Amino acid sequence: MPDVQSTVVEFVNKLRKRKIEGSQATAKCTVELLRSVISHQRVPHANQAAALIDAVKAVGEQLVAANPVELAVGNVVRRVLHIIREEDLSLTTAAMGGLDLLDASDDDDVDNCKGIGYPAMSAAVVAAAARSTLRPPSLQTLLEGTPESATVPYTSSSGADSESKTADKSSLTRKLKHDVIEGVNQLIHEIAGCHEQIAEQAIEHIHQNEVILTLGSSRTVLEFMCAAKEKKRSFRVFVAEGAPRYQGHLLAKELVARGLQTTVITDSAVFAMISRVNMVIIGAHAVMANGGVIGPVGVNMAALAAQKHAVPFVVLAGSHKLCPLYPHNPEVLLNELRSPSELLDFGEFSDCLDFGAGSGSIQVVNPTFDYVPPNLVSLFITDTGGHNPSYMYRLIADYYSADDLVM
Amino acid sequence: MGAQKKPAVARVRDDSEDLTRQRLQAIVLADSFTTQFRPITLERPKVLLPLVNIPMIDYTLAWLESAGIEDIFVFCCVHSSQVIDYLEKSEWYSRSNPNLLVRTIVSPKSTSVGDALRYIYEQQTETSQIQGDFVLVSGDTVSNMPLADLIQEHRDRKKKDEKAIMTMVIKKQSRLGLGSDQLFIAVDPLTKQLVRYEEGNARIGDVCLDKSLLDSTVLLCNDMQDCYIDICSPEVLSLFEDNFDYQHLRRHFVNGLLVDDIMGYKIFTHEIQSSFYATRIENLRSYDMVSKNIIQRWTYPFVPDINFSGKCSLMLGRQGIYRASDAVQSRSADIGASTVIGYGTRIGNGGKIFNSVIGNGCSIGSNVVIQGSYIWNNVTIEDGCEIRNAIVCDGVKIRAGAVLQPGVVLSFNVVVGRDFVVPTYSKVSLLQQPTTEDSDEEMEYAGSSSGTADLLSGVHNLQIESKASELGPDGTGYIWEVCDSAHDEEWKHSVVPIPMDKLADITRAMDDDDIEDESVVPPAGELKSDTDSINTDANDDYGYFEREVEETFLMAIIKDDVDHVIRLINSRRFAYNMASADCAGAVFYSMMRLAVNTPHNSASELYRNATTIITKWKGLLGFYLKQIDEQIEVIMKFEEMCEESEELGPLFAQIVHFLYDKDVVQEGAILRWGEEKAGADECDKVYLNQCEAFIQWLKEASEEEEEEEDS
Repeated sequence: MPDVQSTVVEFVNKLRKRKIEGSQATAKCTVELLRSVISHQRVPHANQAAALIDAVKAVGEQLVAANPVELAVGNVVRRVLHIIREEDLSLTTAAMGGLDLLDASDDDDVDNCKGIGYPAMSAAVVAAAARSTLRPPSLQTLLEGTPESATVPYTSSSGADSESKTADKSSLTRKLKHDVIEGVNQLIHEIAGCHEQIAEQAIEHIHQNEVILTLGSSRTVLEFMCAAKEKKRSFRVFVAEGAPRYQGHLLAKELVARGLQTTVITDSAVFAMISRVNMVIIGAHAVMANGGVIGPVGVNMAALAAQKHAVPFVVLAGSHKLCPLYPHNPEVLLNELRSPSELLDFGEFSDCLDFGAGSGSIQVVNPTFDYVPPNLVSLFITDTGGHNPSYMYRLIADYYSADDLVM
Repeated sequence: MGAQKKPAVARVRDDSEDLTRQRLQAIVLADSFTTQFRPITLERPKVLLPLVNIPMIDYTLAWLESAGIEDIFVFCCVHSSQVIDYLEKSEWYSRSNPNLLVRTIVSPKSTSVGDALRYIYEQQTETSQIQGDFVLVSGDTVSNMPLADLIQEHRDRKKKDEKAIMTMVIKKQSRLGLGSDQLFIAVDPLTKQLVRYEEGNARIGDVCLDKSLLDSTVLLCNDMQDCYIDICSPEVLSLFEDNFDYQHLRRHFVNGLLVDDIMGYKIFTHEIQSSFYATRIENLRSYDMVSKNIIQRWTYPFVPDINFSGKCSLMLGRQGIYRASDAVQSRSADIGASTVIGYGTRIGNGGKIFNSVIGNGCSIGSNVVIQGSYIWNNVTIEDGCEIRNAIVCDGVKIRAGAVLQPGVVLSFNVVVGRDFVVPTYSKVSLLQQPTTEDSDEEMEYAGSSSGTADLLSGVHNLQIESKASELGPDGTGYIWEVCDSAHDEEWKHSVVPIPMDKLADITRAMDDDDIEDESVVPPAGELKSDTDSINTDANDDYGYFEREVEETFLMAIIKDDVDHVIRLINSRRFAYNMASADCAGAVFYSMMRLAVNTPHNSASELYRNATTIITKWKGLLGFYLKQIDEQIEVIMKFEEMCEESEELGPLFAQIVHFLYDKDVVQEGAILRWGEEKAGADECDKVYLNQCEAFIQWLKEASEEEEEEEDS
């Protein structure tokens, strides 16, 4: 336990000092940390789920407070809490003898499991597996989701555990923890594999000879375009440079290295170029519950331009970017103001930085993120498929328990 | 404290690592060794003063940590217990980052950077804490620059060139806003080696350069800011040990190293990219500037809404207003842009607060105007007060209707009386101003800690005795007097932004200089800054040198050791690059000054004083007066002095005679002087005429000698 505590403190420190950047990296670190918290947590005989939930919540609160702007942390914590609740629920139902475990192993579906053992009746895992098999979602498959879960397999590795389905408390304790950890492992895989999952769908969205506009740099966007390129689609990419950090330059470099036709434009040229563009694709920092998007600064402008010219505005987001919160005052509260030195040279401008009484001084504002309201977004592509902005609330209900929305 | 115990443990671990790589180490000096922040620093060390509600040292430590430093030694001297207490409670000791080890070194006796480094060197022999190159910074540095590459660069250079022992960080920045002195440096543009470092106040507009420097290409800069961040090799410590009179890191050490070409040590500079921030808080002016820069987020990620030091962070709202979540503010209060409001602070109706920092737990009444000010923690401000560009320390009470004019500094727990107007630039403290100005300016606070306690206990008496204090009938505190010389400069260092007219003066002076031809001397004025011209006139420099020699001499008189004085003066001589003759002149000048200053009633008594002093310090004079030229220099110097001092004038011939008797001055010198002066104007000849008889006698004597030799 003490070493877990110290890793928690270390991670909190890193978050606080903004040493981890990028929501995927943060999400990955968070979920791995939570896994070790869970595995080190000693579980009492009674009310085990509550003990785990409390432990995760306690750590989660620290992490969220450390960097409230990085929403992925909170999302992952809520996901883990959701997993615990689901597992607990399924175990209690199992204990009541309502359902029997399935012993049949169906090896045909193993590719969906990515080699992880599924203990049968692990509800969250079942749901996750259901989501991945049922992409793209339709009303019917959603309604039929529960019955189909019965066919979800588990491998022999966890067989020993599942077969000893006694009412013995100690094994039950072990089982809950075990199931939760399995569920968390699944989540880790999901986060790690979200790029590929999203990129798989590229071929359906990018067509021959199209012109795609993107802004800033996002690994998801890069993989998405490369996936389309690998499928022999030929298309052109305009990259808005994404001032003041100019991450678009890096993206352009990568794209060219992979053999894509790439043009770099300034952010201010977006409106001029939009008439030639078939689709705008951007990577999100976070997707809010109302379908609004937090993305790199300048995105809102691109979205408005796209709307004016009726160009589809597509947002790529891994499921760890789905945030169950509603944006309230997003320009300020969900934003990070970085150093003005990215805009201005302190050496040259130190003269105008108000040391003379009365003379005006330069104020510099350098926000990192932009908020795009849901009505400007045409489509979300997540690892579970394409969704409408108005559908986001439904996805969120799948991933999170209502109890955890307010931490 | 912990410093004695911990290293033993740490070393075991370090040794194993040492084989693979050196740990990155830093020494943080938790004492500025200056008096700029007096009277505040009498009660609390400078590094613990809040800068936008977070103690300065947290900025330094957080920066060092993020730059990848693994061992930090915090060197405490004055108020060491306060610093240690703070660190022990802070998260730096709780080891939240397993890669960071913060330790303290305590030496209450150190009064300068030199002493501190010498103490560390002494410790070094026992504990060998410093294992290799280290970063030397002061505990009031605010920066976000990365250090790893810089240290690597220093190490690589050191490997190639044994003598490259220090890398100094510089930065392009206007120095005007920081209230610091003009800096002039000369750098070799290819190797970045520092060849000249001159930090003068505004009065020195001219800089003298050694001719030999001009053989190679030299880059002269006057728009650089010294960040006071140095990467040092262990040799630096031993150099301080060898030169026991080095006090000031720049004035003595750097200049000493540059002048000394026997050892041939080299200092290199590194100019940081302007996207990084690095500044030291030297005075109240830079305190104000740095605070504003932090609020404007130049120091990102070390800004108030990011919790970098374990304290609660504030919420950033629109217009750069940082507000604590539990601050209570009346609806009618007007909070303007760039304002910080701390935890538990309450603000009453109709207040106007802008460009200011309000600490934690303050209570501010109705209709209060606060502008450009720094209010620290637990301050009470009653209704209708007006505060402009002031610093108000912890626990201060400002009663209703009081006004603080720009530039006021209120130290801890001062009470300002009802409707009292605190005049501009005044400094108020519960402690009385020390009456005897310490001769050693370097000290932050000279007395022992018990001394502070005495002073503080005196405060209570004060409250009982004199109700009618200097701050109105119901106030408590002493208003400190500003010494005359500093008064003119007060606007430059105070917390008030530099007034427009002064600013205009400076910029005008600078523009003038830009237009001027190099050979033209800048117009006489207070500020002859910013000339790149190379001027061989070193009169000003000599003036300073002379003053320093006099100080040294006066100090040495108490010790009564000729060798010691010679060593001290020699160090000054190297620092200012003076000839032996200059030293002789300066030494003689100080002796005569001493004689004149010793109480006396008549001319004969003065003569007696002079003769006793000369007899006593004959050895010292003799050391410098080996050549005839030097002796002539002394006589000329004496002549100058006599012109200035009426008392000495009549005694000129007598004293010259005495010098001759004591073999300090040889007859050759006096005769040569006589010959040189013979051609001068009549008014210049006053003293020559006085010595007429003596010279005549000398001539005859020498002729006789010659005759004797001939025969």
